[in-house]
Amino acid sequence: MILNSSFWASAGIIATIVVTSSTGEVLTAAAMKSMGDLDEIRAQSGMKGAIGAVVTCPLFFTGIFFMAAAFFSLLFALNRMNLSLVGPAAASLTLVTNTMAAKFFLKENVDRRRWTAAVLVCVGVYFLAH
Amino acid sequence: MTHRLTFSQFTILAFVSVSVPLGDGCLSRGMTSLPVISLAHPATLITAVFTPWIGLGIALLIGYFASYLTALSWADLTYVMPATAMGNVFVALIAHFWLHESISWQRWLGVALITVGVAFVAHGPVNTTPTIEAQKQIGQEVVR
Repeated sequence: MILNSSFWASAGIIATIVVTSSTGEVLTAAAMKSMGDLDEIRAQSGMKGAIGAVVTCPLFFTGIFFMAAAFFSLLFALNRMNLSLVGPAAASLTLVTNTMAAKFFLKENVDRRRWTAAVLVCVGVYFLAH
Repeated sequence: MTHRLTFSQFTILAFVSVSVPLGDGCLSRGMTSLPVISLAHPATLITAVFTPWIGLGIALLIGYFASYLTALSWADLTYVMPATAMGNVFVALIAHFWLHESISWQRWLGVALITVGVAFVAHGPVNTTPTIEAQKQIGQEVVR
């Protein structure tokens, strides 16, 4: 399953994807919430207005930086490991870290329903990989 | 709190779900066809971006990203995330019913768990966060 790297190297690459991906997604989510409903902005100011609202937000570009780091980490991982390992492992772990980050940094109301959903999806992704 | 999705919002979430597995599949096909890339030559990752399969994968993921950003502007991150995971379910269903691949009981269990998880979230509120002004403050705290 793992081509040319040890278990710990693989775990390190997947952890890098998870950390950079979660950081990027939380920063991007914070940026998008700070500018309001994009559909409404597009209805009022057109597509240019919507794009302008996104590209003038510094927080958005900080998120993009971390997402780009996650993307290149993913490419690096796919070059050495199978998609069937990297995809589900990174996706399920990112789901848990994102849920925690959304609760603590984005102040989302992560109630029992959402925690249950996160755990069910996480375990489901694991089973799908086997 | 916002509870209902409009048709266009539902369409955006559906595209978020299907574009990721298709894009990842293209990236995987492109990257496995290349020689092994070492950390000593990271620039080769940049050249990989311009190969056809990687290019198609990136185009799909750009479409995903535009939809994802739009969804995040009116929905919680913890609401949008399970929608993304539904992509795995679509792949399994397409593999079984269209490509006639055999799916193990573990994978069917995975499909069932993800579907139930998404249903859990879908029956709850779309957005639970404070107003835009309060969110601006939260964004500044995240940066700090």
